[in-house]
Amino acid sequence: MENLIALFNFGFFRNAFLAAFVASITCGIIGTYIVSRRIVFISGGITHASFGGIGMGYYFGFDPILGAIAFGILSALGIEFFTKRADLREDSAIAMLWSLGMALGVIFIFLTPGYAPNLMSYLFGNILTVSKGDLIYLFVLAVFVIGFFLTFYRMIIFVSFDEEFAMTNNAPVRLFNALLISLVALTIVLNIRVVGIILVMSLLTIPQAIANLFTKRFDIMIIYSILFGFLGSITGLTFSYVYDIPSGAAIIFTLVVLYGLIKTGFIFFSKASLKHKEKMSV
Amino acid sequence: MDSLVDIRNLSAGYGQNIVLHDVNISIHQFDFVGVIGPNGGGKTTLLKALLGLLPPISGEIIFSESMTEGNSHRIGYLPQINNIDRKFPVTVFDVVRSGLMSRKRLTGRYNSEENDRANELMTEMGIAGIHNKAIGELSGGQIQRALLCRALVNAPKLLILDEPNTYVDNRFERELYEKLKVLNEKLAILLVSHDLGTISTYVKSYACVNGSLHYHSGNKVTPELLKSYECPIQIISHGEIPHTVLYNHKS
Repeated sequence: MENLIALFNFGFFRNAFLAAFVASITCGIIGTYIVSRRIVFISGGITHASFGGIGMGYYFGFDPILGAIAFGILSALGIEFFTKRADLREDSAIAMLWSLGMALGVIFIFLTPGYAPNLMSYLFGNILTVSKGDLIYLFVLAVFVIGFFLTFYRMIIFVSFDEEFAMTNNAPVRLFNALLISLVALTIVLNIRVVGIILVMSLLTIPQAIANLFTKRFDIMIIYSILFGFLGSITGLTFSYVYDIPSGAAIIFTLVVLYGLIKTGFIFFSKASLKHKEKMSV
Repeated sequence: MDSLVDIRNLSAGYGQNIVLHDVNISIHQFDFVGVIGPNGGGKTTLLKALLGLLPPISGEIIFSESMTEGNSHRIGYLPQINNIDRKFPVTVFDVVRSGLMSRKRLTGRYNSEENDRANELMTEMGIAGIHNKAIGELSGGQIQRALLCRALVNAPKLLILDEPNTYVDNRFERELYEKLKVLNEKLAILLVSHDLGTISTYVKSYACVNGSLHYHSGNKVTPELLKSYECPIQIISHGEIPHTVLYNHKS
């Protein structure tokens, strides 16, 4: 235990702790939106499309995260508008964008002379190497997402729950869909530094799956998702340090185990209460 | 009497596919129109045009001044229950109150008067006391009631119901129609249904939608009438043995 507390003497660990905290908040909020609206596949598409921007960053020599932000938002808005207007099968279009982004990323990185440093950290993330700059990005996003959801909470629910009904009430459905999908893209891209492209979707869905075991309300689901996300990240981070394994994978693994344990608990509990009821009725 | 909505020479559809041709109908105060017709005949298209979800290809839909409030129309809409995502994490009370959003700013909060109104309606519809339940925890009938509250909470002048009798039990269906009868003393109702037998005792007139629209005032349904309106629908009559008679479409 003392060893663990001593960890906070390290700057990198304090950064990692803060990153886990801020990431849990944004992922808790945005992930609840993603899961409720059933846009997990769309979000997966945005995640992988952003790899194209990372590749361009390497090739042209700018911050890969900026490229990822541009690719992420453009592909998010592309999916939002094209699949609703054109006669396009939505899932096929997303799959195309998904692999196009990855392909562009691979091509650009291949063309970049020399070794691409930190490439693995974009694919698998490394919360222990999160920089101050990354932290500032994450922090600004968290403040913005919290503010947006607090201010427009009713409108977000209104537009998301029954889009057609909202349209008949002249609600700004298109505008909100576009804003929200852009926030989804930003959240995904900035959290790539924490757990990586391949694992970021789990940070946006597993805490929600756990939260959904306890509640079926949007607002409470957000709170529980944040708590479980944070718990999973910190536990995973500690495992990662103690056993010297990659942090992103450790965090996701911890979250899945947490889900499994709680789900099993629920099954046993409901069986026990059923038996109890049977006894009472006899 | 002044009409609430006038639909004139309306054609509507999707892209090249025109589903409705040259539709003319006026809806007046205290009307109770049963919209009937075969699947694919254009019932949904007509509703979408009326609700402003589908711009007309030609013709126009004119709303009276009393129907207009700001830039929205005083229409209450009850969608088909299978259009609703029942797993969406939202509470019953929030669903009911969301019917007031058209008069709200983007950041709208509900005031106590609006909360009271939502509460009253929920009591009236027999779903009091389940405010904080998620809609996923309700039965089909309860969801229908909640959605009906949402449609009514903003005091509409015209209530549009899309197949409200799907996935609900007989008891709720009868209750619903009795409620509509009472509501009809204050507002006009447009009821889309495939079940002519039950609605015939409640509606005051029929609109048969099958590519175009044939309007028939009065609620007596005779086989001759249906034939002359080219409306192949189902009449259910109750006898010793329950039976169903189907008419074939001419053509």
